[in-house]
Amino acid sequence: MPLLEVNKLSISFVQYVNGSVQQRITVVEELDFAINEGEIVAVVGASGSGKSLLAHAIMGILPKNVETTGSISYGGELLDEKLLQRHRGREIALVPQSVSFLDPLMRVGKQLHTRADGEVQDKERESLFERFQLGKHVARMFPFQLSGGMARKVLVSTAALGRTRLIIADEPTPGMHPDDVAEALGRFKQLAEGGCAVLFITHDIEAALQIADKVAVFYAGEAIELAAAEDFQGQGERLRHPYTKALWRALPQNSFEPITGTQPARSSDVQGCLFAARCSSYAEECKAKRPDSREVRGGMVRCLHAT
Amino acid sequence: MLNGIMVFAGKKLIRLAALLASVSIITFALVAMSPIDPVQSYIGADVMRVGAEQRQEIAAYWGLDRPFLERFMKWAAALLQGDMGTSMIYREPVTHVIAERFMHSALLMAFAWLLSGAIGFIAGVAAALRKDSWLDRLIKSYCYTLASTPSFWIGLLLMMVFAVWLGWLPVGMGVPAGVLAENVTWADRLRHMVMPVLTLSVVGIAPIALHTRQKLIDVMDSDFILFAKARGERGIGLLLRHGLRNIALPAITLQFASFGELFGGAVLAEQVFSYPGLGQATVEAGLRGDVPLLMGLVLCSTLFVFTGNALADYFYRMVDPRLRYRKEERA
Amino acid sequence: MSQLAAVQQGKTRNGWNVRKRAYVSATGAGLLLVAIGIGSWLLGSAGLSVQLDNRNLPPSLAHLFGTDWLGRDMLSRTVKGLALSIQVGMLGAACSVIIAAVMGLMAATLGKTADRIITWLIDVFLSVPHLVMLILIAFVCGGGLKGVAIGIMLTHWPSLARLIRAEALQLMSAEYVLVSRKLGRSSYWVATRHLAPHLLPQLLVGFLLLFPHAVLHEAAVTFLGLGMSPHQPAIGIILSESMRYLSTGMWWLAVFPGLGLLATVRAFDKLGHYLRQLVDPRNAHL
Repeated sequence: MPLLEVNKLSISFVQYVNGSVQQRITVVEELDFAINEGEIVAVVGASGSGKSLLAHAIMGILPKNVETTGSISYGGELLDEKLLQRHRGREIALVPQSVSFLDPLMRVGKQLHTRADGEVQDKERESLFERFQLGKHVARMFPFQLSGGMARKVLVSTAALGRTRLIIADEPTPGMHPDDVAEALGRFKQLAEGGCAVLFITHDIEAALQIADKVAVFYAGEAIELAAAEDFQGQGERLRHPYTKALWRALPQNSFEPITGTQPARSSDVQGCLFAARCSSYAEECKAKRPDSREVRGGMVRCLHAT
Repeated sequence: MLNGIMVFAGKKLIRLAALLASVSIITFALVAMSPIDPVQSYIGADVMRVGAEQRQEIAAYWGLDRPFLERFMKWAAALLQGDMGTSMIYREPVTHVIAERFMHSALLMAFAWLLSGAIGFIAGVAAALRKDSWLDRLIKSYCYTLASTPSFWIGLLLMMVFAVWLGWLPVGMGVPAGVLAENVTWADRLRHMVMPVLTLSVVGIAPIALHTRQKLIDVMDSDFILFAKARGERGIGLLLRHGLRNIALPAITLQFASFGELFGGAVLAEQVFSYPGLGQATVEAGLRGDVPLLMGLVLCSTLFVFTGNALADYFYRMVDPRLRYRKEERA
Repeated sequence: MSQLAAVQQGKTRNGWNVRKRAYVSATGAGLLLVAIGIGSWLLGSAGLSVQLDNRNLPPSLAHLFGTDWLGRDMLSRTVKGLALSIQVGMLGAACSVIIAAVMGLMAATLGKTADRIITWLIDVFLSVPHLVMLILIAFVCGGGLKGVAIGIMLTHWPSLARLIRAEALQLMSAEYVLVSRKLGRSSYWVATRHLAPHLLPQLLVGFLLLFPHAVLHEAAVTFLGLGMSPHQPAIGIILSESMRYLSTGMWWLAVFPGLGLLATVRAFDKLGHYLRQLVDPRNAHL
């Protein structure tokens, strides 16, 4: 049984267009997704593909006007507000995107310590600070005094504690020194070996592949492919979706071919396959209907032509 | 830290001196340009009994026959020695009149300031936490309505209800009529202050409540509140730990920066309730053409507003870590 | 998250957006204005005449707002008073907007010295309590309608001028203005041809937001006795006279005129706020 299971999750919000006409905009559509204990799943995709919303949906901290359908379960139980209240900040931890997620008027050390923390956690955090080479003075600093890299390390150390069973890390590495990236990824790996599940959200495929077991590729609010990390090799022959292949080939060490076009801002604007407009193997039938997810070679893909 | 305060105070004092000089020049120029004949307003109702010669004597006594620049220099020189001239209405040095009345007004304004600040802040927090509920709508419409209401009219309504209709409170004045000054008790003074204070507070609540409400809504929508929630904080704990911490400072600053409105409100409230404070003196001076007193009051109220703004500024720079530490790093 | 925050702002209760509310409140304020205008014209001066038989009547069908101690109809007096207040407020606000525009544009286009002088003037004006400044100017002008009107014209411009100056300075660094100046256009040309058109919506909103303040201040100064002669039916005078009769229980003398003033001010305040939200480019999605 997977630790976290996301079932047909859709996230949408209501917007006013042209004055008083309401429109529902779906940003994440019918997402299926699971992660096991001890597993590291990377979620990659361009910005605006709904990755952060997924993280916030799992944590139950989406804005009030956002509607969700589908279900999320944790350890076999429906992850509702009651269960979240029990686990948030303890078993389930979030590593947020930027320093703006820290209270600007509170010293770092005071801020990291919450009511849920005992001596054990404080000790753990201290040793994490040492590992990241954050001096003791950092705890006495205010968030605005932290450099970009320091802030990332502080944010990682909020979550990477022993009691955590599920870490959702939302873009934890950009701005960090490469050594620190290795250190942070190492810490995630270590936690995973201890049975913790790590959901690693990033747009950096390379960083993801360093530690991930599986990679989920997001495109315009849809998970279009779920592949094993080993599938990312060579010219991407073992990858299933044209977008994933294109992403892989766009990396400098591969062919360095840019992908033309942009992803649609709203999935509701498009009838058929979301990637159709930019796809090299586009055919007439792609336009008719959104492709269902199907199994291909042990992975999941949403493409009619994938083999 | 102490050093910082000294530098801050020094800079502010220089600014204050420049400001008071500017205000003096502009006020003096305005009054000098006025078509009003100060001798005429001094004589007032006695106009039939005063001859041309006496008029000239009066003018000479006040130095009104001298050219503008000379008068200004003389007045400014006296001002620098702490002499603001003699009030024409009260026949007393202006400094005395202002000092005595300031005590009355200061008490009135202090009560109203604290009351409106506390109630406004709480109302703002309550409205923000229950955003879009009936409570929020009630508080919002109260504030918007009060912002469009003449404060002296509020005073009239209060007087009608509490003094005339219910008879709980005295109609006006600072002390009971017909009682010797030494027999007036503090309880009497307080009873006479209730309605002016209420009038001032009722109006003063609106800006602070609306500001606090918006600020708290913004804060509660911010990323760091999201993250705090993601780490298991919620309810009152979350509000106290992260919410209030981030809205208290702007609220205090706003409250200090509102000294000008407070003074204006006091002028009206004191007039309604015949309360013997600075505001009433300002009106009297304006109505009866008491130029020295009016000029003194303009300077005094400027000083008052400046003090409020300086305190607001001080709180921001010295309490907000973002400004405090950035400055130290630069130094 | 920015996308989401924007959506939240646009959502208002009972599904009305700001644009719709602006239309409705504009209609409301316009109707009120027309009603007061027509009312004061229709009522003529008949209601203001002294009728000693009808003294001190509480509100009734014949006299909706009651009558005063001289038998004058309070409804007529209130409407007349509001008309006068609105006139003074309009005049004061319009002049303030013009002063603010001229000051702001001069500060932005005439170089450093002009900018310093104008900023200093703004600071000085803002550092004296508004009402005290009004009393001073009304006194200097010798009181009366003239004193109040001049006082209101001269005291409401500083905050708007500061705003205009900031906007104008921003526009001054825009590419097309820089090119225009390089081509040798005069400051006057730049100010009138390039800056003024952009600032027009700001000025309109500024006028609508200043107007309620001007009306309230007019009422306050008149109430204090520094304004018009007691024969003019200004709201401030009506309210200040009513004070003498409050202790006799004639509540209607104060309540209705005050409510009228409140309604007028509120209507325009609302309109101004909605328009400001619409003009603000950050709120383009509303």
